[in-house]
Amino acid sequence: MTTLDDIIGRSEHKSAANRITSVPVFWVILAAIAACVALTLLTDTFATQRNVFNVMRNFTFVAIIAIGMTVVIASGGIDLSVGSTVVLTAMVLSVLMTAGWSFPAAAFVALLAALAVGAFNGVLIAYAGMPPFVVTLGTLSGARSLAMVLSNNQMIYEFGPDQSLLLWLGGGSSLGIPHPTFVLAGLMVAMALILRWTRWGQYVFAIGGNEQAAILNGISVKFQKVTIYMFAAFTAGLTGILMTGWLGSVTTNLGQSMELAVIAAAVIGGANLAGGEGTAVGAVVGAFLIEVIRNSLILLGISTFWQGMFIGTFIIVAVAFDRFRNRRSA
Amino acid sequence: MSRLKLTGISKNFGAIQALSSVTLDVAPGEVLGLMGDNGAGKSTLVKIIAGNFRPSSGQIMIDDAPVVFHKPRDAQTGGVEVVYQDLALCNNLTAASNVFLGREAMRKFGPLRLLDYPTMNRRAGELFKVLKSETRARDVVRRMSGGQRQAVAIARTLLSEPKIVLMDEPTAAISVRQVAEVLDLIRRLRDRGISVILISHRMPDVFGVADRIAVLRRGELVASKATATSSPEEVTGLITGAIETA
Ligand SMILES: Nc1ncnc2c1ncn2[C@@H]1O[C@H](COP(=O)(O)OP(=O)(O)OP(=O)(O)O)[C@@H](O)[C@H]1O
Ligand SMILES: [Mg+2]
Repeated sequence: MTTLDDIIGRSEHKSAANRITSVPVFWVILAAIAACVALTLLTDTFATQRNVFNVMRNFTFVAIIAIGMTVVIASGGIDLSVGSTVVLTAMVLSVLMTAGWSFPAAAFVALLAALAVGAFNGVLIAYAGMPPFVVTLGTLSGARSLAMVLSNNQMIYEFGPDQSLLLWLGGGSSLGIPHPTFVLAGLMVAMALILRWTRWGQYVFAIGGNEQAAILNGISVKFQKVTIYMFAAFTAGLTGILMTGWLGSVTTNLGQSMELAVIAAAVIGGANLAGGEGTAVGAVVGAFLIEVIRNSLILLGISTFWQGMFIGTFIIVAVAFDRFRNRRSA
Repeated sequence: MSRLKLTGISKNFGAIQALSSVTLDVAPGEVLGLMGDNGAGKSTLVKIIAGNFRPSSGQIMIDDAPVVFHKPRDAQTGGVEVVYQDLALCNNLTAASNVFLGREAMRKFGPLRLLDYPTMNRRAGELFKVLKSETRARDVVRRMSGGQRQAVAIARTLLSEPKIVLMDEPTAAISVRQVAEVLDLIRRLRDRGISVILISHRMPDVFGVADRIAVLRRGELVASKATATSSPEEVTGLITGAIETA
């Protein structure tokens, strides 16, 4: 005779393969690996140290913000203002450093500026109940405008006494890996752990899954939302600082339309625009996949005008795939 | 002794008088069926007892001591748990995460406090066993049947040995077999000495499980009597107003 316990016990031990393939990020990683293998075989330029270095450096910036964006999307929101937060942070940093501030002090204040944008977004969204799309569209416009005012719309390429430190941090490399990529790796590991093992992480998904339920269960949804938008702005600010060091100059079109690449990376990486799903690793792999596609078009000699088409197709395929998967398991 | 005693509870939302001077008594281990037409004020009454709303006037007593709930957490501390009308579950989380939502078990790792998944899964599993439900702690709620989802919502109320469980239409929109499951769950709560207030539009459910039936009509309590002394016809009359009071 089989008891209820037997039945429960048996179905609890799904096969390992079944469990792995039901994780969305598995397929994204598989696609990324497949693309890399194909390119290594098809071209003799992809797997060169130089090209790999370029790919790493290029995808890092989008990937860092994609982690922040993933948290916002997983909570059921969206943040269009990240690209403008990048330029605002970069401008505050460079204006202060040009004025003779040390790098740590200038970076601190620059990050505060980014956090202020995030707090502004979060408070309007959570406490005034305004739609995230509209609020962050407003700050997308406003923050870039502030950056222009701050710099008088001029390029800044001199950064005072700590210039070499800034350039080393953003543009240098150690062990053949660009420094910003180390920052990305640290952030990815930290966020993967935080999302899985802390209350804050759990509530991100609870709010994205059913905000009303989160409220009824006594979670401080409003405050949590403010911290979520501040975190996204923080990742944008971090990127602004690193990009400044990489480029060695800042103009007011830095980070323009970056939000599109970032959202694409997050969505390809498994963040669900309806809320409730998303992983830090997925965001990074999504950003990586986009860069590999871009890189492969160049290496294969396909016109870069096709880039947008490929990325657009990928977003749609990723979302369609997700739909299909959910329907099958429902 | 009464487990829950409401005296003169009124609630208005602006010009809308949702409840007018409701007075009601529930004994320990008693199942009270609360009935009434749409908009009669049933959910509002539940939300007042659960600390979601403050009453405009009136008093709540639990075990003969007056209580004031400013937020849902206060009510939980006072021994009141709720299964909301739409269950208030997060479809994307596991059964165990839903059971513990807002009250997660934590473990200390040096200065860090991290979620204690093993404990939560084990405790949730135990609760499902108590409820004799075939629900698995690690399963994501999205893939569950209506009956299993009910079990998750009900298991959540058992987390802290409650005195009173309020259930807002737990049998709406689920299959006949699942309704029977839910009614069994309610009986199991009662057997543990927990008082249950069951809101339902379904006459057979209420007559099947409730010891007493209370009827709300346009915010007023028009009846509160033992199930054995009433009939579906009488209750229907009370709900619609064909019978004034009983
Ligand atoms: N938050 C609120 N703000 C304003 N009015 C409300 C609010 N909640 C309920 N009401 C009003 O109070 C009255 C009672 O509503 P309530 O939800 O308690 O009814 P109900 O008996 O639960 O109905 P149903 O059977 O449809 O669930 C209705 O007229 C409703 O519109
Ligand atoms: Mg209701």
